[in-house]
Order: sequence, then structure tokens, then C-alpha cells
Amino acid sequence: MAEAQRGFGILFKRIERIWNGRLATPVRFSRIPQFGIGLRTESESRPSFHSADLAVGLGTLVLLYVAARVGAESLVKFNPPDVIPTISLDPRNLPNYAARSTLRMFIALGFSTLFTFVYGYAAARSRRAERVLVPLLDILQSVPVLGFLSVTVTLFIALFRGSLLGLEAASIFAIFTGQAWNMTFSFYQSLRTVPTELDEMATLYGLSKWERFTRLELPSSVIGLVWNGMMSFGGGWFFLAASESISVLNRQYTLPGLGSYVASAIAARDLHAVGWAIVTMVILVLLIDQLFWKPLVTIADRYKLELSAGEERRFWVVDLWRAASLPAIFERILGPSLFGLDRMLSHFTRVEPHAERRSTSKTADRVFNVIVSITSIGLLVVAIRFVLSGVGLAEVGHAALLGLATAARVLALLVLSTIVWTPIGVAIGFNPRLARLSQPLVQICASFPANFLFPFATLVFIRFGIHLNWGSMLLMALGAQWYLLFNVIGGAQAVPNDLREMATSIGLRGIRKWRFLIGPGIFGSWVTGAITASGGAWNASIVAEIVSWGHTTLRAAGLGAYIADATSTGDWPRIVLGVGLMSVFVVTLNRIVWKPLYRLAQTRFQLS
Amino acid sequence: MAHTTSLLTAERVSKTFPLSAGGEQTVLETVSLTVAPGEVVALLGRSGSGKSTLLRILAGLIEPSTGIVTRHGVALHGPNPDVAMVFQSFALLPWLTVQENAELGLTARGVPKENAEKEAMYALQMVGLEGFEGAYPKELSGGMRQRVGFARAFVMKPDVLMMDEPFSALDVLTAENLRGEISDLWERGSFPSKSILLVTHNIEEAILLADRIVILGTNPGRIRGEVRVDIARPRDKSGPRFRALVDHVYTVMTNPEAAVEEVPAATAKPTKRFPMLPHARSGGISGLLEIIYDRGGREDLPQLASDLRLEIDDLLPAVDASALLGFASVAEGDVTITDTGKEFATAGIHRSHEIFKEQLLSRVPLTATVLRVLEQKRDGRIGKEFLVDILDEHFSDDEAEKQFQTLIDWGRYAHLFEYDADEERLYLAEPEEDVADRDAQSAAD
Repeated sequence: MAEAQRGFGILFKRIERIWNGRLATPVRFSRIPQFGIGLRTESESRPSFHSADLAVGLGTLVLLYVAARVGAESLVKFNPPDVIPTISLDPRNLPNYAARSTLRMFIALGFSTLFTFVYGYAAARSRRAERVLVPLLDILQSVPVLGFLSVTVTLFIALFRGSLLGLEAASIFAIFTGQAWNMTFSFYQSLRTVPTELDEMATLYGLSKWERFTRLELPSSVIGLVWNGMMSFGGGWFFLAASESISVLNRQYTLPGLGSYVASAIAARDLHAVGWAIVTMVILVLLIDQLFWKPLVTIADRYKLELSAGEERRFWVVDLWRAASLPAIFERILGPSLFGLDRMLSHFTRVEPHAERRSTSKTADRVFNVIVSITSIGLLVVAIRFVLSGVGLAEVGHAALLGLATAARVLALLVLSTIVWTPIGVAIGFNPRLARLSQPLVQICASFPANFLFPFATLVFIRFGIHLNWGSMLLMALGAQWYLLFNVIGGAQAVPNDLREMATSIGLRGIRKWRFLIGPGIFGSWVTGAITASGGAWNASIVAEIVSWGHTTLRAAGLGAYIADATSTGDWPRIVLGVGLMSVFVVTLNRIVWKPLYRLAQTRFQLS
Repeated sequence: MAHTTSLLTAERVSKTFPLSAGGEQTVLETVSLTVAPGEVVALLGRSGSGKSTLLRILAGLIEPSTGIVTRHGVALHGPNPDVAMVFQSFALLPWLTVQENAELGLTARGVPKENAEKEAMYALQMVGLEGFEGAYPKELSGGMRQRVGFARAFVMKPDVLMMDEPFSALDVLTAENLRGEISDLWERGSFPSKSILLVTHNIEEAILLADRIVILGTNPGRIRGEVRVDIARPRDKSGPRFRALVDHVYTVMTNPEAAVEEVPAATAKPTKRFPMLPHARSGGISGLLEIIYDRGGREDLPQLASDLRLEIDDLLPAVDASALLGFASVAEGDVTITDTGKEFATAGIHRSHEIFKEQLLSRVPLTATVLRVLEQKRDGRIGKEFLVDILDEHFSDDEAEKQFQTLIDWGRYAHLFEYDADEERLYLAEPEEDVADRDAQSAAD
């Protein structure tokens, strides 16, 4: 794969060079700094060869056609909620289903990005907003998204009465909740860590709010945003698969898509269909990675804040795009109007040079704090009363015990994954060639929705009579383990070479080498991976603690199964109790386990 | 001076920041300063003198706690539109080309594209960057990057060009070169701003560029006085007048009580229970003393700094610490090693630790206090928090942490106490004999 990419890159580069030799008249055109999101630099925007144009043009047309067709389907088909769209298990329908699922994913990504900008900006810019928005984001991040499906599905169906759009919206919302928080946090962090002198420069040179955003803040956060977007997008497939086919409030809802195809295949005990879906999914993940994320990562790479000159990342899609003249023509046509728009937006957001700074009064702050505290306590009291009046205290104790069971599963799977994957990850990370080859592979594994593999595992459990109390651990690990492996590889790569040479030269071996070099060296990355894996495992428990094959249903004792049950029967107090308890568990674990470990990693085991 | 037209004036400006332990840290205390057209003013001070804060208050980036800033007689609120700044770390946007970086301020003002482009090209030519318009900052060397920083400031045609230690991130030769070119531009009279306000801790730089040098004192930051540089331009660094001024300024900078010019020194400060420890590492102190000893026991500070290629901010903490510990005395820009200092510089490892310990206990009351507390406590330990809390009442959070780190470093070197960074606890060092034994043993080996 990587070889092929490099081959393509070299080929295009060579053709480009030959062509440029003949037609060496560089065309200058006014580039709007922030819009030159860098698909081209001035020297590269010249007429070029036709095959690249053909590819770029055709690709764009195909994309537009598919988007239009699939989009129209979900709009036009007017299905009352009682008429459930049926899923055909004929593999020939898969491309269509895949396209519809993909469209959902991208719409959700669009909303996530929008949300990220608004929420992240508000949190970073206003001290008061920050005090509410950041803790809220922390909680939202810890709440099991799948537990919310019942709430959102009901809400959106009521909103779009008599149309499939309600279900579409609910599914998109589920994906959105899986993507948005990470991206928002990353954006907020980037905004907060813009270097002081750059910030002062922007103020002193009178940059308008628009200019500050497009020239300074967006570029300096784009790398984090793209990487987080890519990881969240991968996680989004999981929610897509879970949200396309769901039984809520005693009713089965189905949206045409890859996820519901798998669900139907499971109900029909059709292993071939599941296999076809997995093949489709792999192709889809690869395609989106190559055509969307890799180009974005390549482009984002230009927005490094440090000024060190380094080799520019190359990627065949970006090279192709740069080589083609079609985009240049479009840019030349659109350039002036974009430039005008840029100037206009800048004009309207100009900062008045003599703006009196608002004084921040301490009493107002205090009042604000009191109001926030009272509101949150009030909400908490209402929720607790609702649960207690519905189910009673004994039920709370029962659910808490189930929560402990799930917590034990999450911790056990983390320990097991660590034992299995850390040596492998370190071995890969210490071998540069192996690391280069395997890292994209692991990344793809991480974004492959684990719930597509559940049927196979379920069959194994049934065949060998493994109780799901144990089996669910494996199911949860199917998705979560990759984050651990991914981060351990990264951590091992970051261990400086001279430290490793030192270890060899003083004869550090075996356990002592792990204790003094490798362990401390990868600790920080391991913690990051473990936090992500634990979050993923909690979420996965809702679909992993209760699985079925045809009419056989396996069930584990745990909070995940509890929430899943409550959701499908529409038992509101139990839904609130389950989701609330799970959030409490996740937040508590974060506070008493992960945060201290993270701090330890930051202060004690920081390399360099 | 009050009658000259002023471009920019600070009137009795103070800046305080709240301390987390309660109370306030005063960074600047009733500072007044005027920048008149046609002059180059240098703010010279050591780290902690609030010179950068003063610059930012004048630029309108920071609001003063009390006092006011006026530009052309009008009170300033918010960013000052009459100034442009050249930053220490260049503050270039890496994703914009040299040209785009240079025009940034003009386009923000709404200047039409063609005009902005023309102005930027002109400024880039002025700093010798023609031909680099399309390059990205990462393709340039450090010196060229700062040239872009200058060009970006030049196109604004500001009343006052502010420079915040503009050469300190560059290597010595590059800095020398660029400094010379800026000085040439100013002397030729084609400089694109009416005045220059320069913040620096480099004494020679201040004397080379400035018409007058405003010297700031530390803790709290305040103006101690100013030195007029009455040397004709272009200035010869090796000329007798230049050298004399360098010596004079060094004397002033190394002695907080010395008079700047004829201005009497500020009223003597009451002695504090916790004198500020200079941020010098024990290794640096002993290194410095060994060098002075090797050079005959007496050395001219400017000479020493230039020989060692050190800025005063790097050199003076070690000098101050040596003086504080009684290893050296400083007078008129010269540093002289004392008898104790000589003994310290020539003693073996073990003996030098002992001398350091004696001096530390007798000269820095805080260490004696810490030692007493440690001895009184049954477990012989105290937490870092305990000490930092005490320091917090006298210093800002940042400074308290630095004071603590310095104290730990000195205490460890003197074998007075040990520090466990994991548990953040101080404890008594193991008995001296053990160390002596080990020293003897290793010597025997």
C-alpha cells in the first residue's frame, strides 16, 4: 500500500517536472492567505497535464452524483414511522447502503466541526462561559452516548413526524455525539495555547476578529483538529452501526445503511451477508482514509507552529490535486470574490482601536458562580427525585452493583490488553520499518467498527458455551485495544535513540530494562491510550453485554445490559438511572485513576 | 523635558498582580516615562525589573493598575495604534509567506491590496530581503526571520517602534550584524518611525543604539535613573568614551545602591527577612569563582561577559550569589574574589561543600531557619508546600517556585538537606561523616 503510494507520488512528480520544463511560465494570482489552505502554493499553480485533470474532474463528479442521489433518497421517501424500511440482504445493495451510511457520517462530521468552532471559541474567549462549558464538556465526554439514543430517537421522531428524516437525524446525532467532544476539546486547548507573542502581535497590528480567527487561531489549531477529527470519525462508525438499527420503546427502528444491514443479517443468521458487510466496511474505511483524511493530514502538516524546516509530507491525492489545473482554474475564477468576501468579513469584525476594556467585577463573578451552582444542584435534585420516585432505593443499589461488574470488566480488559499489546507495541515501535508499515494498519483497525465482528464472536461463544459475563470482555476489547496498541507504538518510537544505546551499552536487559527504560519511556503514551480505551469500553458495554444471533440472546450482568434493556422497553426512570450511574462511574474513575496517572506522566515521566 | 512634545507618556504607572497566597505582587511601582520624537530610548534592567511589562503597558497590551498612559496627550485605552512592535521570538505566522507576514498590519487596516503590496516590498528591500517575498519563515535563518519582523513593523510607519529584546534570540554574530544595520538605518535618517523604544538587558546594545538609557531596578520594578549617551554616531565600540560608559552602567547594574547619573538612589529599602536569592546554580557560582581566581582574582565585568559570551542576565546572578555568600565583592564594574572565595575556589570537593555550607548558614537566614525546623521535627522532614507557602507571601507564585528551586540547589550542594522530588519533601542530609568517608574511600581507590 505504502509502496504503491510512493510509486504514484514519484510518477506524478516526474511527469509534473517534465511538463513544467516545457511550460515554465508560473502564473501569479492573488492568494488569500487563509484560503490557500495550501492545496497549492503560488509556484505550483500553473497549467498542467490532462490525466490529473481527468482524475480530479471525474472524481469530483462521481462524488457529487452519489451525494445528490443518496441525499435525495432520504429526503424523498416519505415513510410513516410505522412502516419500517426493509433491508435487503442482497450484497448488490451494499454500495447503496454504504453510501447512505457514509453520507450520515460526513453530515455528522460537518455538524461536529461547526459545534467545535462555536463551543470551543466561546469557552476559550469568555472567562465566564469557560467556567460552565469546560466542566460540561468533561461530563458530556464521559456520558455513554448510546444510552442517549432512546432519548434522541424519541425526540427526533416527534420533531420530524411522519418522515424518515427523524430517524436520519437521530442517527446523525448519535454519530455527532461520538465525534464532537474530542474535537471541541482539542480546539479549545489549541486556542488557549496560542503563543503569547503571536497573540500580542495580532492585537497590536490590529487584526480584525475574522483575521485573527483565519490567520492565527484556525491555522494553529488545525493539526490537532484534523487528527482528533480522524480518530473521532473512526469511532463514529461504531455509533453508526449501533444507531441505524435500534429498538427503542418497544419498537424496532431501521434506517437503510450498513449498520442495519448487519443487524438484519444477524437476525436472519446470514453469515455470508455479515462477511460481505465487513468487506464493504474495510473498503470504505480504506477509501475514506486515502481520499479524505490522508490529504487533510498532509495539508494540515503545513500548519506547524514551530519554524523548523522539515521535509514536507507528500501524499498522492494531494500531488494529483496540485498537478491538475482544474482546481487552479476554479480558484482563479473564485479567487477575487473570495478575496472580496474575506475583506468584507474582516471589515465587519474590526476591533475598535479605542475600545474601552470591560472591567471585570468580582461581585458579578460571584453572582454568576452562585447562579451556576444553584442551577446544577437543582437539576441534580430533579433527576434524583425522578429516579427515586420511579424505582426506589433498592433498584439504585442493584444498578450500582451492576456498574461495579462493568467497571471490573473494563479494568480487567485494560490489564489484559496491556499485557498482550505492550510488548508487541514496543517491539514494533523500536523497529522503525515495522512501525512505518504497521501504524496505518493499526489506525485502520481502530476505526473499523468492532460491532461488525460481534456476530462471529457470538457464534464462538454459543458453540463453546462461554458465558457472556466473560465473553463481553472480549467484545469490549475488540474495539478498545487498538487505542492502547496505537499509543504504545507511538510512545516506543519517541524513546530517544541514545537512551536505548545507553541501555544496551551498560547491559540493561530483561525486567530491568523494562523497569528503568521502557516502562517510564512509554508511560505517558500508555496513559493516553488507556484513557481512550477505557472510554471506548464503557460505551461499548451497552452493546457488548447483550448480543444475539437469530433468536438466541446472550446476556451479561452489567450496567451496559441494564441500560440496553431499559432503552428497548422504554423504562424512563431506569434509563436515567443507568445513564446517570454510568456517567458517575466514568467521572469517578477519571478523577481517582486517570487524572492522577496523567499528572504523574506529565511531571515525572516526561522525555525531553 | 515635560515641555517637549511627547509621542508617548507614562504617568505614575504601577502594575500589581494578585498573589495566590493573597496579597499582591508589585511588578512596577510609580513609573513615569516620556518618549519624545526623534530619540531612541532604551529600557535596561535585569529580569524581574518589569521592563517588558512597562513596554506592554505603553503598547496598550496591558492595562496599568494605577496611573495613565497618553499618546499625543490623549489617554490610551486598548492597543496603541501609534506603535509597532518587534518581538523577541519574531512572532511570525509560519503559514504565511514573508510578503503576507509583512503586509499583515496594513491589510488589517483596510489598505488596498496593491498599496499594501508596494509598501511591504519597500520595507522588505529596506531590511535586505528582496527576492524572499514568496518564501515561508521556516525557510529562513533566524536573522532573516527577525528582518521580516522589522519589515512588518516598518510598513506601519509607527510613531514609536518598540523592540522587545529583538536580538536576544539570535546567535552572537547574527545579532551583531542586524544590530549594526538597524543602527545604520537610524543614523541615515531614513528610519520609518519617529522614535524607538528598546527593551534590552544587553548593556553594549543599549549604549550602541540609545540616546538615553533608562535603568530599572528590581523588586519592585522602578526607574532608578537614566544615563544620557552623548557619543556621536556612528559609535565606535572600542572608543574610550564608549568603554567608560559601559563600565559606568555595569557599576550601576551590579550595585542596587549606586547612584545612576547624579540622581540619588531611591531611599534605601528596609532589609527583608527573605532577601531574594539570585537564580544561580551552585555549579555556576563555583565555576565563576574559579575563572576569576584563575584570572588573578579581579576582573572587569564587561570584559568577563564578552570573553565568556554571556549576557548580563546569565552572568549577574552568579556574581550576585557570590557576593551574597561572601565569596566576592563587586565595585565599579569590577568583581574581586574574597579570601573565603579563594579558599572555596581552590579547595577539594569535600572542603568546598563545607565552606559553601558555612557561608550559606551565616549569610542566608532562610537556610538556617529551614535547618532548625528540620532538626526540630521528629521525622526530620518538611513538605515543599510549607516552604513555598512562606515564600509565597513575599514573592509571586513563579518567583516563589524559583526561590525554592534555588534554595534546594544550594542546600543540596552544601549537604544541608536533601529533597525528594516525588514526595515533594525536604529532609536532613545523611551525616557528614559518611560522605567524608566515601570521599576518602574514592580517593583511596
